[in-house]
Amino acid sequence: MKSIRKIFGGGGGVNQFGMIIALVAIIIVFQIATGLTLNPTNVINVFLQYSYILILAIGMVMVIVAGHIDLSVGSVAAFVGIIVAQSMAVWHLPWPLAIVLGLVIGVLVGAWQGFWVAYVRVPAFIVTLAGQLIFRGGNQYIGNSTALPVPESYTVIGAGFLPDFGPDFGYSNPTLLIGLIVVVVLIIREIRARATRVRMGAEPQPVWASVVRLIVLCGITVYATYLFASGRAGTSLPIVAIILGVLIILYSFVTNTTVFGRHLYAVGGNSNAAVLSGVNSKRVNFFVMLNMSVLASIAGMVFVAYSGSSGPADGTGWELDAIAAVFVGGAAVAGGIGTITGSIIGGLVLAFLANGLSLVGTDANLVLIIRGLVLLIAVAFDVYSKVQGRPSVIGYLTRNFTRKSGGGDASTGTGSATEQPKSIDDSPQVLLP
Amino acid sequence: MTGGPTILEMRSITKEFPGVKALSDVSMTVAAGEIHAICGENGAGKSTLMKVLSGVYPYGTYSGDIVYQSQVVHFSGIKQSEAAGIVIIHQELALIPELSITENIFLGNEPSRFGVIDWESAHRQATELLARVGLNDDPDTKIKSLGVGKQQLVEIAKALHKSVKLLILDEPTAALNESESQHLLELIVGLKGKGVTSIMISHKLNEIEQVADTITIIRDGKTIETLDVKGDGVDEDRIIRGMVGRSLESRFPERTPNIGEVFFEVRDWNVQHPLDPSRMVCKNENFVVRRGEIVGFAGLMGAGRTELAMSLFGHSYGTYVSGEIIKDGKPIKVNSVAQAIANGIGYVSEDRKALGLNLLDTIKRATVSAGLAKITTNGVVSSVKEYETAERYRTMLRTKASSVNEGVTKLSGGNQQKVVLAKWMFTDPDILILDEPTRGIDVGAKFEIYGIIQELASQGKGIILISSELPELLGLSDRIYTIFEGQITNELTAEEANPESLMVSMTSKRTNVR
Ligand SMILES: Nc1ncnc2c1ncn2[C@@H]1O[C@H](COP(=O)(O)OP(=O)(O)OP(=O)(O)O)[C@@H](O)[C@H]1O
Ligand SMILES: [Mg+2]
Repeated sequence: MKSIRKIFGGGGGVNQFGMIIALVAIIIVFQIATGLTLNPTNVINVFLQYSYILILAIGMVMVIVAGHIDLSVGSVAAFVGIIVAQSMAVWHLPWPLAIVLGLVIGVLVGAWQGFWVAYVRVPAFIVTLAGQLIFRGGNQYIGNSTALPVPESYTVIGAGFLPDFGPDFGYSNPTLLIGLIVVVVLIIREIRARATRVRMGAEPQPVWASVVRLIVLCGITVYATYLFASGRAGTSLPIVAIILGVLIILYSFVTNTTVFGRHLYAVGGNSNAAVLSGVNSKRVNFFVMLNMSVLASIAGMVFVAYSGSSGPADGTGWELDAIAAVFVGGAAVAGGIGTITGSIIGGLVLAFLANGLSLVGTDANLVLIIRGLVLLIAVAFDVYSKVQGRPSVIGYLTRNFTRKSGGGDASTGTGSATEQPKSIDDSPQVLLP
Repeated sequence: MTGGPTILEMRSITKEFPGVKALSDVSMTVAAGEIHAICGENGAGKSTLMKVLSGVYPYGTYSGDIVYQSQVVHFSGIKQSEAAGIVIIHQELALIPELSITENIFLGNEPSRFGVIDWESAHRQATELLARVGLNDDPDTKIKSLGVGKQQLVEIAKALHKSVKLLILDEPTAALNESESQHLLELIVGLKGKGVTSIMISHKLNEIEQVADTITIIRDGKTIETLDVKGDGVDEDRIIRGMVGRSLESRFPERTPNIGEVFFEVRDWNVQHPLDPSRMVCKNENFVVRRGEIVGFAGLMGAGRTELAMSLFGHSYGTYVSGEIIKDGKPIKVNSVAQAIANGIGYVSEDRKALGLNLLDTIKRATVSAGLAKITTNGVVSSVKEYETAERYRTMLRTKASSVNEGVTKLSGGNQQKVVLAKWMFTDPDILILDEPTRGIDVGAKFEIYGIIQELASQGKGIILISSELPELLGLSDRIYTIFEGQITNELTAEEANPESLMVSMTSKRTNVR
């Protein structure tokens, strides 16, 4: 156990070991049951079909870390989707411009919601519940409650693949190239992480731990590359996977290393202490809500491209998928804890679960029930372990493997993080009776 | 010992957390009907021992035996220990602010008839319980409108309702003022008369000397000795010797003040209560701080010292009405905390868990959290500089932790306080406001923190020290202002100030400011 912790704990390596185990378990179970899960076509399909969950999960984890929730993402996605579809079908905007327009709408919608949450201090639950109605209505009003197709050229961003080039080895060359780049980056990162540890005066991890970790991560990368590269002719790495990759890297960087990231976790962990450390919590809340709507708009645009048209029921229930991904991925209901990587893995768990269930031919209604139960159990487990002063789901699964960087099991004993007034501005009387 | 039969024996208790052995082979014996004090430095393992006893850390997570009323007990949770008559009152009070006193007392075992809560009976019983603890507030009062002292009494009333036999109090008086503390101590002595055994953890040695029958001293997770207060003629110095393993020459480090000219001035400062505009929490307050000076602020609990400090610190409390802050001859604006920090003001809050720290942080994240700009280039926080900074302050302040990657919740109270101090020292303020900086801190660590405060002053910073412990104010301050009901009532030099003169100005409206 100790040695596994060495490999996956701390030190810039992967910290979501338990979640990965859950993901691998789900994939293996369905692979055994159907023999299809790890089929290249199926894997590509999972990414095409469920990329929206992963894109939304990135924004949602930040919202939840800040201590809020966003119930409007599905409606916002649909709202942006119909406007983008209209702009191309009716106003004949070229598709790149239509995408810019979609992003602008996302920013405006986000600013609207952020304003109410951050500056008027209406709970995000209410603001986004209202948003859910408003933007669903907006979608149906603009689209007359009918589906509107989008031009072929636009569908690339949702259903397209990297175009092939170079000699034909029977695999997609660009995919192989990207796989190679990822492997190189992983190795460089590991070496730099070791160097950093040395500079910080900490003893570097044993070389074998680094090597084993690299072998595992690179192995996964190589296998994924193989899957994406060996699909049906004409397929390769989906464009959405690239969009997703860029978003993951960008937002991991923002949340892990920037001042904004620090402020985000500070506000979520203890908003009063954050304010008294000079953090502008209103600005953080505003930006987090704004950002969520922008990501919702991206998810909406990708989905419209994937399905070829924008319809009145697009995005229904997405908020729940995104929220579930975040909580399955180890975020705390009370805020302050949660990571981008964790949420992505949580999202993949849900995606492969849904995919597997449909592969074994589970009734669609049953699928809903099962996904609901998975979410409930994951969060119940989290809450239960907090009450008991034990680590959270992820913490529980990983407690023998990793030491949490965020100190996720802080609830031991006092649990005061959850009992604090949410903000100095909200409840001054609680501070000084 | 008071000679009663043994009610509790803890035998060779060992408790390990990942990476730390908090208790190793600790034993103690408590006689029925005594007040048994536990003393030890911060992080010695006192709270951990009591959490083991009360089932917070359930049976199986520690090794050793707990023999309670002649039986080996295995508590799997706090419910079971309470059923056996052991009630723990944690230092962080566990009352629900939005509920009334009655509701809090009966929370979890409401008197009911056919499932309907019998409020009449609850109310009657609550009134009786409150009378027993000497609290004459209306039982319908909401907890949030009570001060900490009264909340503490409600906790005890709640314990009495659970027919407590063994009452555990973890630093019960840490947040109380002198008279509240006295009341509480008398209450504990009174309970002893009625057969309730108490175990009390405290860093206020004078209180222990006053009420305890027996003292168990713990150092580094081990029992050092057990003292019989009456029999052995134990005094504070004797306790300190046991705690730190040597005698402390004096309670305050030597210092020759080097005081410069006035550089920080507050003029006609008026602030309203945040919810009730008709109430002024700061009334026309005027004061000055000189370079290198430690300025004390004395006042009763609720006098408005914290309110003043927080309103100066970026208007973070109340509604600012009027007033000016002059620093280095120029008026400065402090409309937000960020602005106050930028203008060289730092504020160490009295409530480190609610206001001072994000308990989810690691030591290194907490240390840099108010001074991120200093280790940031282009919006990116340097993890190397973060580590180096945290490590530097850990060595400087001698914070006890296995590494700066440790979560702050895992630290004992005193070490958490050092992290908060480090956080504000790192912002390098010109004027540092310290609000109860040694609350819940052991004598040895206090001495160290006093040394740090004096060192900061000798660097030419102005220190504003708010404290409810008069000896601390008298021992450190070069000048003391007294506050009563939001007004500065007097200004005393170190020579003029003594407990009597301070008390007079702290409790009267007479203003006598030069
Ligand atoms: N949940 C935990 N996880 C890891 N270590 C812990 C935990 N709780 C306490 N410790 C460690 O156990 C030791 C004893 O802590 P404890 O809180 O019992 O000290 P204490 O004597 O009550 O100190 P104080 O006077 O500051 O309250 C400390 O070194 C502390 O860091
Ligand atoms: Mg303690």
